[in-house]
This record gives sequence, structure tokens and C-alpha cells, in this order.
Amino acid sequence: MLKAIKTLAVIVSLGVAGPALAAGGVEIPKRDWSFQGLFGTYDRAAMQRGLQIYQESCAGCHSIRLIYYRNLADLGYTAEQIKAFAAENEVEDGPNDEGEMYMRPAVASDRFIKPFPNDNAARAGNNGALPPDLSLMVEARVGGPNYLYAVLTGYGEPPAGTEVMDGMSYNKYFPGHQIAMPPPLSEDGVEFADGTKATVEQQAKDITTFLAWASEPNMEARKSMGLKVMLFLLVFTGLLIAVKRRIWADVH
Amino acid sequence: MADTAASPESGDEDAGRRDFLILAAGAMGVVGAASFAWPLIDSMNPSAEVLALSTVDVDLDPIQEGQSITIVWQGKPVFVRRRTKAEIEQALKDDSAELRDPEKDGDRAQKPDWLVMIGLCTHLGCIPLGQKSTDPKGEFGGWFCPCHGSHYDTAGRIRKGPAPKNLPLPPYKFVDDKTILIG
Amino acid sequence: MSTGSQWKNPVIRWVDDRLPIFTYMDHEYQQFPMPRNLNYFWNFGALASIVLVVMVVTGVMLAMQYTPHVDYAFDSVERIRRDVNYGWLLQYIHMNGGSMFFIVVYIHMFRGLYYGSYKAPRELLWMLGVVILLLMMATAFMGYVLPWGQMSYWGATVITNLFSAIPLVGDWIVTLLWGGFSVDNATLNRFYSLHYLMPFVLFAVVGLHVVALHVSKSNNPDGIEMKGPQDSVPFHPYFTAKDSVGVGVFLLFFAFFVFYAPNFFGEPDNYIEANPLQTPSHIVPEWYFLPFYAILRSVTIDILFIPAKLMGVLLMFGSILILFILPWLDTARVRSAKYRPIYKYIFWIFFVDCIALGWVGSQPAEGTALIIGQVATVYYFAHFLLVMPILGKIETPLPLPSSIAEPVTGGGGGASAGAAAAKMEKP
Repeated sequence: MLKAIKTLAVIVSLGVAGPALAAGGVEIPKRDWSFQGLFGTYDRAAMQRGLQIYQESCAGCHSIRLIYYRNLADLGYTAEQIKAFAAENEVEDGPNDEGEMYMRPAVASDRFIKPFPNDNAARAGNNGALPPDLSLMVEARVGGPNYLYAVLTGYGEPPAGTEVMDGMSYNKYFPGHQIAMPPPLSEDGVEFADGTKATVEQQAKDITTFLAWASEPNMEARKSMGLKVMLFLLVFTGLLIAVKRRIWADVH
Repeated sequence: MADTAASPESGDEDAGRRDFLILAAGAMGVVGAASFAWPLIDSMNPSAEVLALSTVDVDLDPIQEGQSITIVWQGKPVFVRRRTKAEIEQALKDDSAELRDPEKDGDRAQKPDWLVMIGLCTHLGCIPLGQKSTDPKGEFGGWFCPCHGSHYDTAGRIRKGPAPKNLPLPPYKFVDDKTILIG
Repeated sequence: MSTGSQWKNPVIRWVDDRLPIFTYMDHEYQQFPMPRNLNYFWNFGALASIVLVVMVVTGVMLAMQYTPHVDYAFDSVERIRRDVNYGWLLQYIHMNGGSMFFIVVYIHMFRGLYYGSYKAPRELLWMLGVVILLLMMATAFMGYVLPWGQMSYWGATVITNLFSAIPLVGDWIVTLLWGGFSVDNATLNRFYSLHYLMPFVLFAVVGLHVVALHVSKSNNPDGIEMKGPQDSVPFHPYFTAKDSVGVGVFLLFFAFFVFYAPNFFGEPDNYIEANPLQTPSHIVPEWYFLPFYAILRSVTIDILFIPAKLMGVLLMFGSILILFILPWLDTARVRSAKYRPIYKYIFWIFFVDCIALGWVGSQPAEGTALIIGQVATVYYFAHFLLVMPILGKIETPLPLPSSIAEPVTGGGGGASAGAAAAKMEKP
């Protein structure tokens, strides 16, 4: 038993101490997130604000194609709210009886609409740079939420001697320091319904929480099941050790 | 049999305690294995995106009297028929006929004009004919299943042939006069 | 013929007289004599078979949901993670199970190396184990391609391109493997088919491995044969109980990763859908291939008439194939490192060498890492081709105990090392 605990302790410390270096060699600062740790959960209010930021500041260029409107139930919205939210967007459906495609209001079972019909259109609309899909952004980057937060807040004036190409922005944490995305968040760029002050840092934190959820909507189920499984296995293993000791008692 | 190999010289009390431990560990093992089996089995149940598609809106406006449409709900054909006066009368009259699966027409159609049924024969799941005006409608003027010859009347009740039950009704409600929501 | 069967239950007796599965199970898993001095490192064979079963079971369920098509594969895996009931659990178990399988099997192999379990009469047992390792590697590689992320795609491209190093027919073979002119839909489909097939082949070879084990019986920390009932205990209940402890601890370890660090062994890049027009800046194979990847990259110059590319590929495959002849490269008269005062240290040097190769494999192939990789590669082969044959000749083993039951030889009487070693050869 003690051995198992020690082993676990080693693993936990290894897992926590994972390195988080951006490709450019700049260290990504670590932040505390509500969804970290063995018991972490997504902050519902932050996710709702994050959704608003996505809609107002990101959705013009970035898709989030793996998310359905129905998934917003995870953010704490009711079926009615989701229906109303979805209905604000139009999706293509069809063909109808005349063989034509037609537009209809989105419903809960539709995926989030995309800003561009395909990658080429997205490039054409963004000076040749492809705004990546955000569904898995947190899983798909080394450093995860810390990296995302760092890039969103890492804009600024380039240090003396650094040339920034036309149409690019300087970003301290982006690999290569030149990013095609102009600063997406601005001070009070959105107005939160719950009265939270919309600083750039606050927005970066909220959108990151929202996107962390989008990357892994089942994280909370995973952790809560994990707790039960680990407790069960601890007791079970303890029992097995006791059985083994008894059985072997007459051999040693 | 399992424990005969263990040494016989340990005392009765000791053996009893060992038996209890083995029993408890075995029980936990069985519970654990069963708990692991459940996610495996449940993964075969309909997934979230399938369940999300479990309701369908149907616009009734374009359907003329005497016409039927077939729409897909949960992968099954649903018959929506706007019945003629003659069909409704026939159905009401047949309420008193000898029925294999007795049901009143009033219980089968929320509004007499509209008959909404799952179009799968209750015998072995073929789709009965009768939706198109040119289809054979069977001896009772409703639907006829070509696979094994089941005849349904104008209320979709089984009247003749091997099928045991009337055509089943999906859960549906009228959202307004022109629209129903199935599911 | 009913040979006075021991079974009282008439149904069992009837079946057993015709198909002696009950007698077989009784013989091989109940009464089967096991050395009484096995330590917990002897758990890992049982653990490996548990992981194999878990992988097959979760894999069969995942296969019901997965779509092997370049346009749908990535999204179908995301559908499993998001929409299928407990799909995330099955996917995480399967994904981490691959790593667990290699952890368990690598420990199992190092156990064999330390205690000389590959030595006579267990050479075939060991060689079947190497076949199992090769099958595992092929299965794991093909499975890693299926999610169709960036690492899947580029890993498949790099590994299949290894075969292009073969003189004359290399390019033809690569095209054959791909079913096209790059890794594409045909490749994905055949990898899926083979990924489903291989575990069953694996099962068969594991069966042979177990049969061979039950002929020669388990080796043990002292590396001497069992000489009688005083040296052994029956498999059940002693080793069912002891293996169960290992299983419990192992499941805790496994569950920790599945539930609390599911992406620990993975690469973030594999959460980006495969893009044939863009290679990730730093591609690395899964951790369990890193040492071999380091050997592959360590050859940077042409050696004699062999081009560097071909030499790298030959060394990489050679690093595994050399294990097949290890039983004859090791000339020592005793098995266990416990009685080999020098090999005891050599073993750990070799272990560190493997770890170093793994680290090198995870680094970009340049600078210090490259040099360390080259030194470690040379030592890897030197260990097998020079150290093992020579050490066996010059090392004086410690005196072996006369039997497992009496691990201490007491007065240290006549049993010289040589005599004891000679005794070992008797079954």
C-alpha cells in the first residue's frame, strides 16, 4: 500500500512539473485555472463570458466546428435559452423537394456555424493566413491554457531592432514572435451581462476557460469517475495484499 | 476446491478469516469487472448526437386531402396522412368491427384529419404500401404489406394477415394547426 | 477413455473425458509448480496479458464507432470522445493502454535480462517474446495512425519511408505499403484492417510463449532450477494471490493516467487534423519508440559502401533482432545477475544506455544530443556483441545456493561455483 502511494506521489509530481516552453524558447508563465488539479471543474460564469467573447471577438474568423449548440447545456443554459441562441444563426439545409439548398434557423442539434465555407475562403479573407479552428485549441498546443492565455495577452510593441512584417503583429509568446492575428481582445471590447469588468486579462481568462471546455467537454465526468475508481482500487488492492499475506503466511 | 492447496495446519479461526478475506476480495473483483463492463455495453447505446436528432418538425401545409407523406424520424419512416371524409367515416364505422388489436379511431388520431403512424409492419418490419395513390391499399383501403400480406385499415389497424398489432403511433403533438412535432 | 478422472461432477467429467480442459487448467494453473522465491518482477507477464485483454476489449468497442476514412477519421474519434456514451473513457483507456503495455513489457524484458531468463533451456521462450515485441510495435504504430492527427500522418509517412532505404526494391515496397503515392486513404484503411488483425496474431504467439513457459517452468531470482517439491508452491492460490496484488497496484497506476493525466504520453500535435501539406516543427514518435528512433538517427555518414540512411534503418531493426541471438551471445555459466558480480553493474549501465537513447530520441537530432546518441548506439551493440560474450568468460560467478529452498549454502562446503553452475543445466 505504502509503495502504491509513493508511486502515485512520484507520478503526480512528474505530471505537475511538465515543462511549458513555447517553440520560440520563451517560458510560458503558469496560471491557476479552475479546471486544474484532481478536483478542478470548469467555472460556469467564466465559460458563459467566454462564449460571449467567442461570439463577439473570435467567431468572425475562427470556427469551433466540433461544438454543437446543444453542448451549451454544459455552460448552464436551459434548453429554451439554447434554442433561442441557436435560432439567431442560419444554417444551410436541403435539398428540398425542388432540389434546392435553403437556409433555416439553426437548432440545438446543429454545429456552430463557421465564418467561412472552407479553408481557402478563410485564407482569402485573412491575407493568406488560415485562422485555425478553436475546438481543440487547448489540447492541441504545448502549454495548453497557459499558452493560450499568454498569446492573447502577449501583444505589445516589438523590442528595438525587431522588424515586424507588414500585416503581422508582435507577440511575446507566439513562436517566432510574429503573428498574423491582430490583437483580438481590447479593453472593454465586450460588455458582460454579469457586470464583470472586461479587462484584456479577464477576457483572456474567460475565453481560455471556454475553449478548455470545448477541447474536453467530458473532463468533469472523467475526474469524478476517476475519484470513485481510485478509491475502489485502493480498497481492492489493500484487500488483495491482505489475502496474499495470509495465503503466503505458511511459506515464509 | 480453490483452497485445498493451502496448508492444513493453520487454525480454524485463521482459515475462517482467510476465507472471509478471499470472499471479500472476490466480491470486489466481481463488482469491479461488472462496473468496467457497463461503459463498454453502454457505448453501444445511441450516442448524444443521435439522441439530439430525436425530434422532427413536420410542416403539414402542403399536404392535400387524400395525400400522404413519409418522413424519417429516428431512422424510421413515419406516415403522415391527411385522410378523406370517406376514410374517416370508414375508420369510425370499423371501431365496432372485430379487431385483432382493438383500438378506437379516436385514440389513434389526435385530430381526425391527420393520421400519424410509424410505417413499419408489426409482423417483421417491412414498410407497408399505400402511401402513393397508385399503391395497393389492401382489402380495407388502408395499407398493405407486400412482404407477408398484412392488411391495415384506414386507421392503420391490423385487419388481416400475420401481423399481430396495429401500426404503432409515434409520440407527437400539434405545435400549431399547420405543424406537428414528432418525438 | 475414462482414466479414473479426478472430477466428481458428472458434467465436468463427461466434458473432461472428451476434451481435457479441466484437467489442463488444473494442471497448468492450479497444481502447476512455481519457484517459491519469485519476487514481484515476476508479475509483469500476467500484467501484460491483462493489458492485452483490456486493449482488445476496448478496441473492439471503439471499432464500432470509428470511421477509417481520411475525411472522417479525425472527427469520428472526436465523436467518440464527445458524444458516444463513455466514449472518452474507452478512448483514454485504449490510448493510455498502449503506453501501459510497453511499460509492462519493457519491465518484463529487463527482468529477463537481469535474471538471465533467456538462457537455456528458455531460448525459444525468449525468442517468442521478441516476436511478441515486434508484433506489439507494429500494432501500436498502426493504431497511432488511426486518429489521423498530425503526428499520426507524419509518423506514418516517416516510418513507411524507412523501407525506401532498401536497395533496388525500396521505392516499390513503399508504394505497395501506401497503396498510392503518399500516405492516404488506402493506407489508413489497410492500417485499420491490420491493426484489428495483429492483436489476434499476438494472442496466438502469447499462447505459444505460455506453452513454452509451462514446459521449462519459470526462472527465478536465483537462476537455479527447482529440484523438488520443497522448492515450489502450486500456482493456485499462491501466485493467483501474488499476481492479483500486482494487478491491483498496476490498475491504480493505469487508472491514474486514464483519469488524471490522459494526455501525458500523447503529443498535442495529434489534436490537429492531419495536413499533408504541413509537417509539425518537431516530430517525435511515441515514447516507446524513442530509443530505436535515436539509433535510426545516429548514423549521419555513409559507412563503407552502405549509405547512412540504409545503415540507420539496419541498425534500428538490428537493435531488436539482436535480441534473438542473445541466448548464444551470453556465455555466462550462471543465469542470475545476483551471482554475477560484474554483470550486476553492466546490466545497470545497459539500462542507463537505453534510457539515454530514449532521451536522445526525444530531442532534435543535433549538437550534444546527436553525439550522446551515437555513443549510446555504439555501446548498445557493444553490450550484446562484445561485453556479453567476453564477460561470461572472464567473470567468476559467486557460489550458487544448492537449492531454492536453502538460499544460503551454509558452511560454503564443496559447492564451488563451477559445480553449482553445472548442476543448473540439469532439468
